[in-house]
Amino acid sequence: MAQLTFRIRRFQPGRGDTGWQDFSVESSPGMTILDGLHHIREHQDGSLAWRHSCRMGVCGSCGLIVNGEPRLACNTQVESLTGSRISLEPLWNFPVAKDLVPDLSSLFEKHSAVAPYLVRDDSEDDGSDGRELAQSPAELDQFLQFTSCIKCGVCMAACPTLASDPDFLGPMPLTAAYRYNADSRDSGFDARKTKLAGRHGMSHCHYAAECSRACPKGVDPARAIQLLKRDLVLDLLGVRRREPAPPVDGRAPRTRDGLQAPPFTVPSPPENPDE
Amino acid sequence: MTQPENTQRRTVGIYRWLAGGRRGFEGYLYVLHRISGTALLLFLAMHVFFTAARLLGQETWERLMAATQSPVLIFLEYLVYCAFVFHALNGVRLILVELGFAVGKPDHPAYPYRGSIHRQRPLAIVLMVITGLLIALGGFELLRFPHG
Ligand code: SF4
Ligand code: FES
Repeated sequence: MAQLTFRIRRFQPGRGDTGWQDFSVESSPGMTILDGLHHIREHQDGSLAWRHSCRMGVCGSCGLIVNGEPRLACNTQVESLTGSRISLEPLWNFPVAKDLVPDLSSLFEKHSAVAPYLVRDDSEDDGSDGRELAQSPAELDQFLQFTSCIKCGVCMAACPTLASDPDFLGPMPLTAAYRYNADSRDSGFDARKTKLAGRHGMSHCHYAAECSRACPKGVDPARAIQLLKRDLVLDLLGVRRREPAPPVDGRAPRTRDGLQAPPFTVPSPPENPDE
Repeated sequence: MTQPENTQRRTVGIYRWLAGGRRGFEGYLYVLHRISGTALLLFLAMHVFFTAARLLGQETWERLMAATQSPVLIFLEYLVYCAFVFHALNGVRLILVELGFAVGKPDHPAYPYRGSIHRQRPLAIVLMVITGLLIALGGFELLRFPHG
């Protein structure tokens, strides 16, 4: 078993940045960065702080900088790294709360600023009439890739534009905006437009593509941002193909034999046999 | 953006923009594009300033023109030429890419991920090869006619 050195950037609230600290960890087959951190906390320093939850690349909590590259701790095996010294820092482009814990508030503020949900003009889409908003596989493919985002912030740490403009919306929120703009059920394009085309919006991206390189989920935020720009330019020129979100009525789903599905009714609770 | 008091913003800034981590090919092009753009802007200001010296009379003008023939200034002029060629050709790629061309359609995220970076990479390589050729050609001309 090889001996590894985890070189970790420490930050303690109240005491500030206390520099790098080395921990010696014995590697084992399949060991991830996250496993190493657990080992350190259990055997060497109980005060070391980081974020994690699912330990399988799903929750998006464990983003950090490994040897100068933003990654997920649970998704990075130590054997995949060259050399026996592994440097760990909290995600760039965010304030640090403690040790490897970034303060992601700005990420979520920017995310909610782009209305990341279906915006519709009609009010009949609450499902109460029993019809769903149907969508063809081709329509789904327009945005499916961008739904894989786990909001880990790894792309935000990789973005060089964000490094020089902290108010830039950043890859994750811009991708979320495109994900909904491209959704055939959505009609929030105009509502999002001002924010996206604003001073710290999409036009500050110049395709360094570091976000797409870093994203652990294959989301390709850089692609989403360029497609977003195309749509806004076409809109500006007045030639964007705009199919208004289909009205609920026109989109009654069909059963497989071509008949309209029966309206959905809330099942009444079973009668109590004791009564 | 609001920032709670018990946190510290220490990782953002010009340093991180310039030196942040290992980058991919497009990441380095991004940095070079900004640097060459800034250099061209500075050159433009200098150029306007130099040509305006004509207003100060023929003698000043001629002295200034003689000074521009010094090897150092000729080399700096060559650097401006390099910045121009790079910025123009990389700019062609950026215009295409930023209008949503050459980045491909949304794809199913199946591992190993091959996204927009791979789609536009051939374009980036072709344009950078042309950039290299033009820069080499410019250098060759400069050596051939050192006082041209
Ligand atoms: S786009 Fe990728 S890197 Fe960015 S937050 Fe989503 S999953 Fe993380
Ligand atoms: S712990 Fe959930 S993504 Fe790493």
